[in-house]
Amino acid sequence: MALITSILEQLLNGLRIGSVYALIALGYTMVYGIAKMINFAHGDIIMVGAYALYVYVSLLKLPPVLAVILTIITCSVIGITIEKVAYKPLRKAQPLAVLITAIGVSYLLQNLSLLIFKATPIPFGSIIKVPSVKLAGLNISGLTIVTLVVTVAVMVGLTLFINRTRMGHAMLAVSEDKGAAELMGINVNRTISVTFAIGSALAAVAGILYISQYETLLPTLGALPGIKAFVAAVLGGIGSIPGAMFGGIILGIIESMSKAYISTQLSDAIVFSVLVVVLLVKPSGILGKLKAEKV
Amino acid sequence: MKKYGKQILYMVIAVGAYAAVMLLVNMGLLSRQMTSLIIPVCMNIILAVSLCLVVGFLGELSLGHAAFMSIGAYSGALVLKSGLPVVVSLPLAVLVGGCCAAVLGFVVGIPVLRLKGDYLAIVTLAFGEIIKSVFNAATPITGGAGGMKKIPAVTTYKNFTFVYILMLLVILLVSYLVNSRHGRAICAIRDNYIAAETIGIKVSRFKTMAFVISAFMAGMGGVIYAGNIGILKPVNFDYNTSIEILVMVVLGGMGNITGSIIAALLLTVLPEMLRGLSNYRMLVYAVVLIAMMLFNNSPMKRILVEKKNMRQAAKIQ
Amino acid sequence: MKRTAKVISMALAATMVFSTSAMAAETFIIGGIGPTTGAAASYGTSVKQGAEIAIAEINGAGGVTVGDTTYELALEWADDEASEDKAPQAYNTVMDAGANAIMGCVTSGACIAITSQTYQDGILQITPSGSAEGCIENDNAFRICFSDPEQGVAMADYMVETMGISKIAVIYNVADEYSSGIQEAFEAEVAAKGGEIVASEAFQTNDVDFNAQLTSIKNTDAEAIYVPAYYQDATYITKQAGELGMSLPFYGSDGWDGVLGTVTDASTVEGVIFTSPFCASVEDEKVVAFVSAYEEAYGATPDQFAADAYDCVYTFKAAMEQAGSIESEDMIAAMPEISVSGQTGDPITFDAAGAAVKDVKFVTIKDGAYTFVE
Repeated sequence: MALITSILEQLLNGLRIGSVYALIALGYTMVYGIAKMINFAHGDIIMVGAYALYVYVSLLKLPPVLAVILTIITCSVIGITIEKVAYKPLRKAQPLAVLITAIGVSYLLQNLSLLIFKATPIPFGSIIKVPSVKLAGLNISGLTIVTLVVTVAVMVGLTLFINRTRMGHAMLAVSEDKGAAELMGINVNRTISVTFAIGSALAAVAGILYISQYETLLPTLGALPGIKAFVAAVLGGIGSIPGAMFGGIILGIIESMSKAYISTQLSDAIVFSVLVVVLLVKPSGILGKLKAEKV
Repeated sequence: MKKYGKQILYMVIAVGAYAAVMLLVNMGLLSRQMTSLIIPVCMNIILAVSLCLVVGFLGELSLGHAAFMSIGAYSGALVLKSGLPVVVSLPLAVLVGGCCAAVLGFVVGIPVLRLKGDYLAIVTLAFGEIIKSVFNAATPITGGAGGMKKIPAVTTYKNFTFVYILMLLVILLVSYLVNSRHGRAICAIRDNYIAAETIGIKVSRFKTMAFVISAFMAGMGGVIYAGNIGILKPVNFDYNTSIEILVMVVLGGMGNITGSIIAALLLTVLPEMLRGLSNYRMLVYAVVLIAMMLFNNSPMKRILVEKKNMRQAAKIQ
Repeated sequence: MKRTAKVISMALAATMVFSTSAMAAETFIIGGIGPTTGAAASYGTSVKQGAEIAIAEINGAGGVTVGDTTYELALEWADDEASEDKAPQAYNTVMDAGANAIMGCVTSGACIAITSQTYQDGILQITPSGSAEGCIENDNAFRICFSDPEQGVAMADYMVETMGISKIAVIYNVADEYSSGIQEAFEAEVAAKGGEIVASEAFQTNDVDFNAQLTSIKNTDAEAIYVPAYYQDATYITKQAGELGMSLPFYGSDGWDGVLGTVTDASTVEGVIFTSPFCASVEDEKVVAFVSAYEEAYGATPDQFAADAYDCVYTFKAAMEQAGSIESEDMIAAMPEISVSGQTGDPITFDAAGAAVKDVKFVTIKDGAYTFVE
């Protein structure tokens, strides 16, 4: 019985961290699916979101709801700016050039925040206060529930947006074939900008939930969750929205379980091994679609 | 004559650079900071050129180059620590380091090279992280988190000649390879692997070959690193290191060996030159990175290249 | 290759500018090496600022008199990003700037990466915070902070003998030499004293989620948790333990100093006990003077890194005065004879191995403030 409780508790831990990964992975998958680029700076937008929230709440003393809205707007604006300045001129360049630029942007954001906010970690209390729930002897933290709810809501919202709205259809078209989409009268540049705005807004939401969970601001806070979420997105099938959700949760649970029952030292190795195995068996990820090769 | 002209020029540059460094060091004209950069520059050139083979010529993005470097560094360091005289231990270490990395390259390469593009990049990144974790966990051999210590400092600037020759060999090997039949096959795979396959190029064999050779050279670079720093820690071989090497290759203009060499040189020296800017150093580094990528792909550069081509065309006429 | 020549000549020009400016006054240059960028930047920044306070104090009081000459102290800082790769270049940079002695590196690995060079150069090297054994294995190298095993053993004795705890769980950073070094010594000493380690849970640098480790500990019969790690890790661990409904007492290493600055709710760390050489809220004249000067200059409370750096500068001063010379050789010879009245120990002396001899003290958090354990 004790063992079952402990396994359930560890599953909950996995769910807790996994839901954060899932939320970040949704942003990755969105941008990759449409703009066909790995936005390495996505993790750092999360960091920007966390700091922005801190500035609005702690320094400017704005009410939390307004602060959250402003944070999302800030991140979207930054996301669009980055896209316009750094990625747009490279739309016809090799994918690798874009990847390197994204790494540059990631360095830039980290070091800017290091200069502005200094390296010392800043404690920042959670603005989301939800009591924890007791369920069959298990203690489920309120934030885990909030994160899960938000992630599911975002996933459903995104799916609806893409399948039901004009902009969503435009995105699908751009993702299929940029040139053809342009011929059909779709404004490709605007569509990609909107994609980045949404991706960055998701990063802002992830940043808000992340900082509420861990309560410490660091210029590098987005880097590690960024990488893990990236792995989650690939695991679930990059470009697939339910895949990102699924990949994030699975990743969190694997991580938690291997930390608890195999080895904390090797937990990262196990996470990455699973990724390797999945990709070798099903190269497009668990829920990804395989595209036919064209010469 | 024209054919050999370029080779003679390269030879003059190679000997000239060697002579210049030796002269500057022996006359004490070089600041200590610059002296301590000599070996890292050579090492980074080895790493960049070896990665250039995979990224530039094979056209596959590898984000796990540091893993090959690390296995070379650790296995080479074990040889260096064996207590053999340096004359024996150093070449042996380089060989052992290179071979271990090549074996790993082979083992990793077989599954990885079945993938393509972004997925291949992710899996190489994943392998890099797995190997790092394993080194961290294998404390009895590797020293774990504390690192492998007391590695004899055999590849300092005092042994510049050895490192320099090794670097030249790596450059020669890669440039010879890419200009050979095998090299053309590798480039054909990059440009269109389906077309390459249809004309009878064994894609997976050439891919593996390029990958293994690249890993071998990265392993040798790792040995140079071990002998220069004297302490090996798994954290220093994380994906950031791989990305730094990758940046050199891309800034050098992918598939351009000379470019990789210059970029490796610049990116090793530049952060040190910008030390005066202290906290702004990394920021400037990031801006330079973005700006150079944008410039490389801007219409301005295209115009410049066109002008240059026109001038050359005019000359020929 | 033209570029190389250009770069080299630029470097030469730069060094000449530096060395002439250093020659102008009677200045003793302390070459400080530590991270001011990167993930460990806060440690390096603390060391740099702590040293600057001490230097301003000494210069304000007329500098250091050695024989007939009075020296002003100056700090020449180079960033090593806490990386073994960058440390040698950082060291050579401060040497180019004419450093007379080395304060560094701040982190153990980087420190070890330069020890063979400093030994060859025969320069006096004092690390304020490089706690690994290897940092001071050469004769020219000294250390201000505790060594890793020293702390682990002291805490093991304290927990088992003084507090009478027999079942202990440990959470440590396996990817960090400081943390795993303490953990190893701690576990050995606990076993030797008849205690039992019921769980030894590892984590990795930059981890922020400790729920898996804490849940594992929760399911053992541990009576206390020992966390040899830095304050940032401690912040996450104590907070998440609270959320999991755990109420086991926490014990920590000197890296915990500063934890009150990073927790959002001081009650999560109420009652923890950790080894520390320094406590910023002590009513001691010297400590108060340092803390207020530091707060005025940087708007932050000094941590143990800053205090170690402060003592490091005063150690240089004592060594100069004792040696009657600013030659490293003489200062190194004088090191075993000096006694420094510092922030982290009074007196601080140095043993034959080069380690600072000072009492291990225990600090607890009471009513949201640090105090020494009586």
